[in-house]
Amino acid sequence: MVNFTLNGLEVSVEKGTTLLEAADFYGIEIPTLCHDKGLSPYGACRLCLVEIGTPGRSRLVSSCTYQAREGLNVRTHSERVIKARKLLIEMYVALCPSSKVIQCLASKYHVTKVRFSPKHEDCILCGLCVRMCDEQMQAKAISFVNRGGRRLVSTPFAKKSEDCRLCGACIYICPACQTRCQGPQEENILCNACLNLEPPCLEKFEDVMCYMDPCVACELNTDKKPNK
Amino acid sequence: MKKITKPAELEELRKIIIDRRDPDKPSVAVCCGTGCLASGALEVVSSFEKILKEKNIDADLDTRITGCHGFCEQGPLMVIKPGNIFYCKVNQHDVEEIVEKTIMRGEIIERLLYVNPVTGEKIVREDEIPFYKKQYRLIFAYNGKLVPTEIDDYIELGGYSALRKVLEGISPAQVVAEVKASGLRGRGGGGFPTGIKWESCYNATDSPKYLICNADEGDPGCFQDGYLLEGNPHSVIEGMVIGAYAVGSKQGYIYVRNEYPLAIKNFGIAVEQARAYGLLGENIMGSGLSFDIRINKGGGAFVCGESSALIASIEGNVGEPRDKHTHATERGLWNKPTVLNNVKTWANIPIILNNGAEWFSRIGTETSKGTMIFSLTGKVNNTGLVEVPMGISLRDLVIDIGGGVPQGKKIKAVQTGGPSGGCIPEHLLDLPVDYEKLTEAGSMMGSGGMIVLDESSCMVDVAKYFLAFTQDESCGSCFSCREGITRMLEITDHITRGQSSLAELDLLQELAEVVKDASMCGLGQTCGNPVLSTIRYFEDEYRAHILEKKCPAGVCRELISFRIDQELCNGCRACLKKCPEEAIQGEKKESHNILQDLCTKCGICLETCKYDAVIKE
Repeated sequence: MVNFTLNGLEVSVEKGTTLLEAADFYGIEIPTLCHDKGLSPYGACRLCLVEIGTPGRSRLVSSCTYQAREGLNVRTHSERVIKARKLLIEMYVALCPSSKVIQCLASKYHVTKVRFSPKHEDCILCGLCVRMCDEQMQAKAISFVNRGGRRLVSTPFAKKSEDCRLCGACIYICPACQTRCQGPQEENILCNACLNLEPPCLEKFEDVMCYMDPCVACELNTDKKPNK
Repeated sequence: MKKITKPAELEELRKIIIDRRDPDKPSVAVCCGTGCLASGALEVVSSFEKILKEKNIDADLDTRITGCHGFCEQGPLMVIKPGNIFYCKVNQHDVEEIVEKTIMRGEIIERLLYVNPVTGEKIVREDEIPFYKKQYRLIFAYNGKLVPTEIDDYIELGGYSALRKVLEGISPAQVVAEVKASGLRGRGGGGFPTGIKWESCYNATDSPKYLICNADEGDPGCFQDGYLLEGNPHSVIEGMVIGAYAVGSKQGYIYVRNEYPLAIKNFGIAVEQARAYGLLGENIMGSGLSFDIRINKGGGAFVCGESSALIASIEGNVGEPRDKHTHATERGLWNKPTVLNNVKTWANIPIILNNGAEWFSRIGTETSKGTMIFSLTGKVNNTGLVEVPMGISLRDLVIDIGGGVPQGKKIKAVQTGGPSGGCIPEHLLDLPVDYEKLTEAGSMMGSGGMIVLDESSCMVDVAKYFLAFTQDESCGSCFSCREGITRMLEITDHITRGQSSLAELDLLQELAEVVKDASMCGLGQTCGNPVLSTIRYFEDEYRAHILEKKCPAGVCRELISFRIDQELCNGCRACLKKCPEEAIQGEKKESHNILQDLCTKCGICLETCKYDAVIKE
């Protein structure tokens, strides 16, 4: 067993458990777009970032690929994590505003403005379909081609693939395929139909304490942020 | 060639080589590094050979095709012995004169000497040129002195003696301790202590272990690794064999980019020659140590210079980085313990073992030991490769060795570390060059690129250039890097077009910070540096673009305009004839006008006008 600190809690998990699995086990939700329990971790969407290490010497890592280590200090909802996560979600919305999954994430993480011009892409290159086709369907009909900004998912040489059995698993797992709901602001790039409240404690503390308002931090009425 | 079967035989071989050679025999060392080859060094060599044959004196003179001498600006270069006479910018038509005057009669040809641009004085000897005088050449010491395709040259100069010393009675643990004590840090940019890396690989229980030499140098304006491999490949081989002995490896790889054909060729020849002498392969020097090196050619992806992507590429996979939560020294190539070091790091190893860690650690600063080779490029008089001790100030490097900025312009900033680094402004030029100080200033040591920028460079444009580079070279697997760079580039593009706002500038800064924080590999984690450092030191320039819609350096085309001063223009029609867009109107001997709608702001009229009548605003 590996013992470590997760959001201030002393927890222990089996050796080889990733931080994402550990957080899931202890009921802490970490958003992801490229992770699925049935597929190998990929670490591409960067939404599952968590802060590891002591304040001042900490860094962000993707929790889906990072395995728990003895004595590690992990914070899943610190100010630094939330700042990065919100900006990434903002970029996701601008990239692919038609996806329900992304719009829901935006509401959940209180992303209320998008400062980038919309691109209306169909694909966010999370690679779920590629891994699904390879690992679960054993077909390897699709893969990534090209590099950087020209990267896309395709069959070899963009020809109809003989390995594809038209099983539809790639469509099933795609987070961008499901269209967004017809919310009150249908024309807007940002749906925000079911907007949650932002955790108020981030104004007082570096870590999220809870999602209630007023929360413990507010009740304490602390002016200073600890650990800074 | 006879194989060396005992370490002591190396010294015997060295004596034989020295005896065979006449130290007083005149020689001409022609620099045939890639830079001088491009300026026509091969033609010089072939015309030398032809003329010597014609005069029937080819036996009396050694024509040596050496690696880079470093002073690429003045190429092709040659050094004539005796006398260490240094000729620069030689072309094939000068050769006959050189043979007749300098070689046969010992006269000096004034025209080919290097002229000090500051004092105007002509300098005869290589070591008296200010560019060389202030350098401290350690790893680069033999570049230019030896013929890279001749192993005998390297052995004559004392090569492989560090390996001999190690095999004669230093234990692997002692070698690791020596490297650790020297304070050598990774020269590829990260600056990780080499000794600690070796130690953890030495302690790893898994086997086999692998060594990798990273020669996938891709930073714009960087060429020191390639030139070191071209000019002195044996120093890298010797370093790797010592490394293999220390950590217990049998197989090494060198990952060198395919764009360095000469480095690949010379290194390949060197490996063959080392094998023939028994300095590489089975049972090295009869010591029982077996180690061989394979050459892996890179396909030209910048990201493959990142260690985990490089390892993936050697394994035959797509060159994409993976999350480095386990060090390569535990699970690297084929999931086995691997030591991956830069070319310059490997080349430092024989020097440390020969002179001792204590001697080595005296060079440099508290935290950064030894010397560093920089590729000095950009707006600087003496372009080339310079090797200096760590801790030298940027001012000494750029002004004293580099000779300052041409045409009397003012220096604005120095860009270090390539696309991962940042710009250090003029007022910080006294900053000592070491890993920590450069990082504190918002840049980084990097692989050794150093681009000098003068007042005609627009800092927003510089940031945009590096973003365009990293956007092109990002592997694209991680969202923050792929999309983050694209968005940063979009914003800098808006700024250079004067279509931005201060809110967007804040967004750019926030984006750069988040991309640095959130990305997986070194490329993403550093790609925000050019943006952050230019905003930090040159925010007024960003604001001028945004608020006044002006580019202070006059670079961003959308924000400048050309007009003709009606008083100064005498109607010579020179600009009118040159304008590719036919955007200039006017009759002969009457002042002209530029039609702004047609003008593409190419600046040809400005260059053409002899009366300074064209004004750039």
